Amino acid sequence: MINFRLEERENKSFWMNVIAPFIAIFIALLISCFLILLAGVSPLESYKELLIGSFGSRNAIAETLSRATPLILTGLAASIAFKAKFWNIGAEGQLYAGALAVTFFGTGLIELPTILMIPFLFLVGAVAGGLLLLPLVLLKNYYKVDEVVTTLLTNFIVILLVSYLLEGPWKDPMSLGWPQGASVIDQGVLPQIVARTRLHLGFIFSIFFAVLIWILLSRHIVGYQIKAVGFNPSAASHSGLPVLKTILIVALLSGGMAGMAGVTETAGLKGYLTLDLSPGFGYAGIAVAMLAGLHPLGVIASGIFLASIYVGADAMSRSMNVPSYLADVIVAITVLCVLVSLVLIQFKVKLLGSSK
Amino acid sequence: MIFDFIEILFTAGFWAATIRIACPLIFATLGEVICERSGVLNLGIEGIMSLGAMVGWMSVYLGADLYSGVLLAAIIGALFGFLHAIFTVYLGASQHVTGIGITMLASSIGFFSFRLILPSSTTPPKIIPFEKINIPYLSDIPFIGEALFQHTPFTYIAFISVIIIFWLLNSTPFGLSIKMAGENPMALEAQGIDVLLVRTVSVIIGSALMAVGGAYLTMSAFDAFYFGMINGRGWIAIALVIFAAWKPERALLGAILFAGLDAYQVRAQQLAGAFIPYQFFLMLPFILSIVAMIVASKRTRYPKALLIPFRRGERH
Amino acid sequence: MNQILEVKSVSKSFGNLVANKDISFNVNKGEVLAILGENGAGKTTLMNILFGHYMPDNGEIIFKNQSIKFGNTGNSISLGIGMVHQHFTLADNLTVLENIIIGQNSLFNITLSKKESKEKLNTLIEKFGLPINPDAMVSDLSVSQKQRLEILKTLYQDCELLILDEPTAALTPQETESLFKTVRKMVIEGLSVILISHKLNEVLSISNRIIVLRNGKIAGEKITNHADYKSLASLIVGKEVSYPKKKKNTPKGEFLRAENIFYRTEIDLDVKIKNLNLNLFGGEILGIAGVAGNGQQNLAKLLAGHAKPTDGKIFMEENEVNLFTPKNFMDLGIAYIPEDRNKDGLIGDMSIWENTIMTEIENQNISNKFGFINDTFSKEKAERICEINDVRLQSINQPARLLSGGNVQKLLIGRWLNRNPKIIIACQPTRGLDEGAIAAVHKMLLEARENGNAILIIGEDLDELISLSDKISVIYNGQLSAPLYTDNLDKLKIGMMMSGEGFGND
Repeated sequence: MINFRLEERENKSFWMNVIAPFIAIFIALLISCFLILLAGVSPLESYKELLIGSFGSRNAIAETLSRATPLILTGLAASIAFKAKFWNIGAEGQLYAGALAVTFFGTGLIELPTILMIPFLFLVGAVAGGLLLLPLVLLKNYYKVDEVVTTLLTNFIVILLVSYLLEGPWKDPMSLGWPQGASVIDQGVLPQIVARTRLHLGFIFSIFFAVLIWILLSRHIVGYQIKAVGFNPSAASHSGLPVLKTILIVALLSGGMAGMAGVTETAGLKGYLTLDLSPGFGYAGIAVAMLAGLHPLGVIASGIFLASIYVGADAMSRSMNVPSYLADVIVAITVLCVLVSLVLIQFKVKLLGSSK
Repeated sequence: MIFDFIEILFTAGFWAATIRIACPLIFATLGEVICERSGVLNLGIEGIMSLGAMVGWMSVYLGADLYSGVLLAAIIGALFGFLHAIFTVYLGASQHVTGIGITMLASSIGFFSFRLILPSSTTPPKIIPFEKINIPYLSDIPFIGEALFQHTPFTYIAFISVIIIFWLLNSTPFGLSIKMAGENPMALEAQGIDVLLVRTVSVIIGSALMAVGGAYLTMSAFDAFYFGMINGRGWIAIALVIFAAWKPERALLGAILFAGLDAYQVRAQQLAGAFIPYQFFLMLPFILSIVAMIVASKRTRYPKALLIPFRRGERH
Repeated sequence: MNQILEVKSVSKSFGNLVANKDISFNVNKGEVLAILGENGAGKTTLMNILFGHYMPDNGEIIFKNQSIKFGNTGNSISLGIGMVHQHFTLADNLTVLENIIIGQNSLFNITLSKKESKEKLNTLIEKFGLPINPDAMVSDLSVSQKQRLEILKTLYQDCELLILDEPTAALTPQETESLFKTVRKMVIEGLSVILISHKLNEVLSISNRIIVLRNGKIAGEKITNHADYKSLASLIVGKEVSYPKKKKNTPKGEFLRAENIFYRTEIDLDVKIKNLNLNLFGGEILGIAGVAGNGQQNLAKLLAGHAKPTDGKIFMEENEVNLFTPKNFMDLGIAYIPEDRNKDGLIGDMSIWENTIMTEIENQNISNKFGFINDTFSKEKAERICEINDVRLQSINQPARLLSGGNVQKLLIGRWLNRNPKIIIACQPTRGLDEGAIAAVHKMLLEARENGNAILIIGEDLDELISLSDKISVIYNGQLSAPLYTDNLDKLKIGMMMSGEGFGND
């Protein structure tokens, strides 16, 4: 057995924080080579295809950025929650809650001019996502029910609810039997921002929210409280900080961001709600946040990066016959590598050799 | 109408189904109990179950016999458990994020290899799963025989493992060490025992059990592997651990109770499906898990060192 | 006498902190060696190296002519070294017997052989006079029973050298005496004992030889019979530390009154509070004496708004308090210095300035009406608070975990004093601090008293409590005695009260 101990570093280097995610990505791509070799094709060739598929053309870039939109938002959702050590793994459910709210309000119930309609849809989506998380926070606070499990389980409940609504009362009669919701009214549809692509205004919104959250977390008293509660809720409460209130704000913000990811997909990408609206954006958001070191601006970059992996892997799987699940493998290994780097940033490994 | 709903409880088929549904939960919950008792939360459970289901099924599909298939699933589970332990026990990384990462990795590797070996199968191929064994004499007892003693060997293994884990935790030095590692690791070290080793072995054993629980689905309950077939069973098992107060015997009880409700809802669906949409029946297990945790919360006593990494030689 | 242990120039540092430097000494068979030194002198680190918790940076330890494998408690135990830690190393969810037999056999044995173990344990219980029920759950044991169990654990492992780390910290004077009886018995049986302590009187009464540690180095060695209190005291501290004296003070009006307080919760580690009455007056210090785990934590929580009494009333300046939140109690003028500085005090991963302003984020100058923080003002303010309270730091932007224990405590008290509180609730305010810091904390508390604050101090060290307080109440099993004035106080009587004399049974 290798004998080693971890010793806490006195000073943590800023640059290590910046470099670490890149090393993590590199290692993830390296390990994934073995899987590509299993498929019997050249890894370099495959990664080239992946790169072309995600950034190789105007259309590919637009596709990558439009895929990044919900990832940035769910990444923000995870970042805020994890900063406060509130383990919201329910972004998937909150995303669908946001999508449900858009379908409820945005398909004719309320009609406003575009300039108001779009912010209105974002608002109701955010509120729906936040409200979904709120009871779980209260359960945690008053009954000590672990939020990891409740948020995970809620994902399944919400998706079944969506399934019911789409096959039942909310089914679009025009959809020829497919379970999908009615179309969002024209005033509410997020306009294209690059002609003849699927890139829509939602991307701009996601960047805007990332900046907003960054300002909130770094300059505002709410961010200060989130940080304190995350590091040490007991000390925060002993210093008179409102711990419960802070966690409630975290839940509303985190659930809200995830809910807005539902808005961008429903009102932006598709125009209506479907059961396969999210291929796991909620879970991928955790990877986005981890890769970004929970930094809201980092989330933009890591969201675009993960989107490029997903979009590129689809293209690669078509041309190279490597199953597109490779993208999920790469993302998963990246998360694990980031975890190692976090430990190494905080501690130095002291090898002791085998004990004499 | 009401009588129809009550009558379900008096059919042997309902009870047999309950046992069948309980098995994967029993394996998974036992696995999580061992991990958490030693102080490590293993959120890799959902992915490890999925991978176990794939590996067990695939090895049989590729020619292995059933028992080797189960063994291979267990070995793969153990490997991912070891990976989890390297991260959470030796490096002391966040148990939450590691678990999610392991779930992502295990399930995506499972899906990837499935697609690699079977590139384009729209209808999943089937294997010959474990067959039912009628236990001599006992299976002839009316009702009880059909409900309890006409199951596959895999089912009996599930129940035997409850006894083994119960014995392990309560009557062996290693079992005591697991419990001490999750309560006060410093105490374990003061008795001259390597805390990290105890935790690592616990997570490995626990993860192997989770993978076996997944394999039960593809090798005994069904005969094929589907994407997403675990469908939250791992998360439900985590809720069951809390409901079971980290005790294997209560885990058995919880799994059966839970499976009973699940088996009941399937049958009730047939009766009430006309006026209650099936989705609400499918929601029941998830809602019940949350309710179970709320009910258990009043007397919940978490292992004190759960989630806290133990770093040797650190100033305490 | 033959030598059993030899420590050869052992050194150990944690980061920049040198905990042990070039330490050499030996222990003879059948003697009690006391290692004396103030908190932070490196006593516990040294013992943790000896027992195998820590790896030393260099040096060698020879036990019974064998070199000890470092960093391996199993090796130390099998050689015959036993240690009773200051913070007990017991699992609450197991029985007494189970706690003892773990590690006795191979980890992968399939049976526990409980029966034989119980027999062996019972012989030891009788031989050393340490009564305990082998089948009791550890969670049900009292502090002194737990310590008995810790000693039995080492005896069960056939230990020949027993290390006792601050064994009397949580014992009443009577329990301490009975512990020392056991120690004498063990020495007669041929065991050697290393006793770690910072209490001079105890060391003088029990040990054969004394080694004094100071700043991680050996400052001196004495045969106990030739040692005297005064010379040892100066060896420990190095330079004379002058403690502030409490001045005559006339108390002002009543600031806080607790009437018939009851408190119980379902999940609670501390005992419940029963019919508690208490008054705090301005300009007066009330000390709460008692053995740890008799309701001190709950009492502090109740008075600081961290818990709501199940029954009873709390008045502050004649107004009944209805809202039991830490925030409301803060606003009513309570400052709460928690027992566990590391857990409840500062937030180590945040900067010193962020920690300093934490109690006054509502100050309009710190956060404007839109909630944005004014860094410049906050940092200046933090800098001022640190300077006034003599918090020594390199930069206000450093993470707070880099502060030493004494500076943490000065900062914690200082930032509360900056809010001009009326009442200060201080739990174990000097625990684990070095002498200089203790004197500083005493000075801060006594100054607050002179400024008219009402102060409640919960303490374990009776001498310290008597020197600071105007009155002392004893807490036992959730009940609080009437206050006794500290001028001409009978210490022995307080000791008896701490073990329950004069309290009804529930």
